[in-house]
Amino acid sequence: MLYTIIKENSYQDSVNLMLLTNKVSTMEGVNKVQIMMGTPANKDIFKTAGLHTEELEKAAANDMCIVVDTDSEDKIPEVLEEVDNYLKNQAISNTKQEFESVRTWDKALKALPSANMAIISVPGQYAAEEAEKALNNGLHAFIFSDNVKIEDELRIKQKAHEKGLLVMGPDCGTGIQTGVPMAFANIVRQGNIGIVGASGTGIQEVSTIIDRIGGGVSHAIGTGGRDLSETVGAITMMDAIKGLEAHKQTEVIAVISKPPAKEVRDQVVNLLQGLSKPVVAIFLGEAPHSHEGNVHYAHTLEETALIAVDLAKGNPVKANYNLLTSEVPAVDLKPEQTTIKGLYSGGTLGYEAANLISRAFGLGKSEHAEEGYLLKVNGFEVADLGDDIYTQGKPHPMIDPETRVQYFKKAAQDEKTAIILFDVVLGYGSHDDMASELIPAIEEIQNESKKNGKNIYFVGTVCGTEQDPQGYQDQKNKLANAGVILRDSNNQAVRTALAMLGIDLKEADKEMKPASKVYEKQDLTVCPAIEKLLNEKPSVINVGLKKFTNAITENGGTVVQFDWRPVAGGNERMRKILALLR
Amino acid sequence: MYGSYKTIDEANRAVIDKVVAGAPFLVDVVPAKSVIKELNGKVLLHAGPPIKWENMPSPMQGSCIGAALFEGWAGNADEAVAMLKNGEVEFIPCHHVNAVGPMGGITSGSMPVLVVENREQGNTAYCTMNEGIGAVLRFGAYSEEVTNRLAWMRDVLAPTISKALKVKGDGLNINVMIAKAITMGDEFHQRNIAASLIFLKELAPFILQTDVTEKEKQDVIKFLADTDQFFLNIAMATSKAVMDAARTIQHGTVVTAMCRNGYEFGIRISGMGDQWFTAPVNTPQGLFFTGYTQEMASPDMGDSAITETFGVGGFAMVAAPGVTRFVGAGGFDDALRTSNDMMEICIDQNPNFTIPTWDFQGACLGIDARKVVETGIEPVINTGIAHKEAGVGQIGAGTVRAPLACFEKAIEAYAVKLGLIEAE
Repeated sequence: MLYTIIKENSYQDSVNLMLLTNKVSTMEGVNKVQIMMGTPANKDIFKTAGLHTEELEKAAANDMCIVVDTDSEDKIPEVLEEVDNYLKNQAISNTKQEFESVRTWDKALKALPSANMAIISVPGQYAAEEAEKALNNGLHAFIFSDNVKIEDELRIKQKAHEKGLLVMGPDCGTGIQTGVPMAFANIVRQGNIGIVGASGTGIQEVSTIIDRIGGGVSHAIGTGGRDLSETVGAITMMDAIKGLEAHKQTEVIAVISKPPAKEVRDQVVNLLQGLSKPVVAIFLGEAPHSHEGNVHYAHTLEETALIAVDLAKGNPVKANYNLLTSEVPAVDLKPEQTTIKGLYSGGTLGYEAANLISRAFGLGKSEHAEEGYLLKVNGFEVADLGDDIYTQGKPHPMIDPETRVQYFKKAAQDEKTAIILFDVVLGYGSHDDMASELIPAIEEIQNESKKNGKNIYFVGTVCGTEQDPQGYQDQKNKLANAGVILRDSNNQAVRTALAMLGIDLKEADKEMKPASKVYEKQDLTVCPAIEKLLNEKPSVINVGLKKFTNAITENGGTVVQFDWRPVAGGNERMRKILALLR
Repeated sequence: MYGSYKTIDEANRAVIDKVVAGAPFLVDVVPAKSVIKELNGKVLLHAGPPIKWENMPSPMQGSCIGAALFEGWAGNADEAVAMLKNGEVEFIPCHHVNAVGPMGGITSGSMPVLVVENREQGNTAYCTMNEGIGAVLRFGAYSEEVTNRLAWMRDVLAPTISKALKVKGDGLNINVMIAKAITMGDEFHQRNIAASLIFLKELAPFILQTDVTEKEKQDVIKFLADTDQFFLNIAMATSKAVMDAARTIQHGTVVTAMCRNGYEFGIRISGMGDQWFTAPVNTPQGLFFTGYTQEMASPDMGDSAITETFGVGGFAMVAAPGVTRFVGAGGFDDALRTSNDMMEICIDQNPNFTIPTWDFQGACLGIDARKVVETGIEPVINTGIAHKEAGVGQIGAGTVRAPLACFEKAIEAYAVKLGLIEAE
């Protein structure tokens, strides 16, 4: 049965009425419905739909006509109510965002004319090309992507150097630019310590400790892990160090590096010795015995941070920073429980643990461990679970707890295991609440082993600051309540674990020595674009992972999101043609 | 290599400069065969790139039947179909004779066409007049009502407008009308109500001065007042006149035409002159009148995508908040996003047509086929939706995308022409 309702002088746009018709037609008991203005053309449309009625003919062009086909007249008030509700609530929720999303470089540069850097997190094979586009447009490049060929890295870094720009990365996981965290980074108090690091978690550990003991960071510049290789020759590190030397607010420079090539290391040291600002440097894997000239050599990341803060506050540098500062918990272990399993999400933290454990037990160089392990000798194991071997097709363990939980359980099954050492890395990009994800596994393992009459101890550290999105203290409390023995640094966590097994890894005091030779004078000129980068809040074109935008906008930077896709959808022939038609 | 231009970018700049410089004027309405000599005979124009009868979608075939009846070539639909099937009627794309046609685009000799003159280049373009909505020829309807309306348009509407334009003298400056209407919420493909009103406002005083009867004056003004989309066909002829002038610069990668025949989508780029690059056409997605669904939609038809080529239509979505909800039934921000996206594949913005809702940025200007291929962003087209069976007519409206493959073929052919690569 057809019912006609004419709402006189009730004009609505035809699009509105089509949407309304769609909505009403889904109501139960409505066989068919059409709502249109009463124009002659529309009346014809009613006819074709089989919904024409005599009443309809009386309707004028400005009358809203509703024709409902329903078996029950009772439906009509319901339909009218639905119509009224719809017409009253037409506002569409605001989907506006605070930054623009673009798809091309042209548009990105137009949308953010003040841009001074690009964060690039596209698949590795395309990263160098995008970085070059950034450089060609006068932007510094922060390359988060890994799997970039070292020849490409050298080429773009040379290009950057010539243009007076910085290439941070590839495989640059973190950075802090004038207080703005980049990619996987922590919110760290601003201050007078400038960091340059060829190690992502190394920067995170040093910068968060600095924050927690009352210091502050001016900039943390990641160079990518291969910057100090023989091939690349520390191009970025040297340019960044010069930049920090010239940067007014920076008063102390901290340099962090994975094991460097010998000549490159010497070149960097040469530069550091010629600076006007005091320097603390850590070349991971080296165990320095003294400081020399302008450079204080640290053995651990914690020590690096402590020396930096003392220098920054004008305090004298102490002779020893590697003392165990906390109590050693009493342990009850079975005789066969003699080993430590280190299961890390932060590669450098794992590397540090592997070195310390290896030294404590005389296990030999950790560089030669089985693939995927930083150490694997006599039941002692340290793994970087962020290594490619574990992350194929899976998210990084800083984001996804699954691999860690699995390795926790595996470690617990080894009767030799006494202690499981681990890290929780906070900051932008990391999991919102990793502690809560790991706790069920930790509790299960502890209960399970108790049932078998033994104890397995969890010793850990949280790398982060109170300002981080996850909250440092909150994560610590959760882990402590689950029975985890927590320490304020990775160094302290490892030393505590060693002490629990009865080993006190003592380090000799370091003395201050004058420069051992006359260092060659270096040109300390800084290019204007680098100077500018260090004196301004970053203005970023974020090429790739959208989640990196949060850290920037929430901390006073500006950003344009570049929703990157491979050129021509990855069609190689089209890519070639486009290149020819440029 | 690029004629007198050093680079492709320079050639493209010259092409779009000609678009901005375009000076389109509506000068007359005349029987199609008086200006398109090819129409003297059993010939029909159709939308899109060349197509055979058997490949035409049903609604386009319906339009052909309607046109055969209107021309008196056949006494009934069956006779018309027989004649069309056996090749008695020749088909020519509108685009090949300086014309464009909406939806089926079927144009026959006796149908009146709008004459738009581009005074910058001195060329003209033609388009039939808008018949209104519902059961209309361009959507494949061919009932008696349809042919009767066409006859009235031929006998009353066209002569009256033609006379009014003669009284006015010098033609109607269309750029001015478009510039005004874009600030009033039109995007010139799905929404033309402001432009249609401006057109009526400009022409009405002259209609009143013509020597046609009072009744005819009343009927004409009533028709123009009722036909919200009347300006669409003027916008199409305008876009055609301007883009054809730009097409005289035969270098670069600017898209100079987009059109569809319900079977294939076709484009032209400046550097490849008259050549069409085609790919299978998509079916529009949108909102439907009651009783109709997406499954009943005909594949995309019409030369009206010339408006998008000119930089309006879907590209100017942000200007027309009234139709934004056709874009995934979203709100204003979706419309903004659409125009912003389209700007990614365009070279510049047209200073003649500034859009208030876009912070007074100019409408999109010059689709660069290279950018389409590079980004994979396919041009969006606002369009009406015909029923896939002939005779039903319009069943909804929505949007459709130009297929990427056309643009890939075009730049590939251009690279071959320049000797940069071997043909594959």
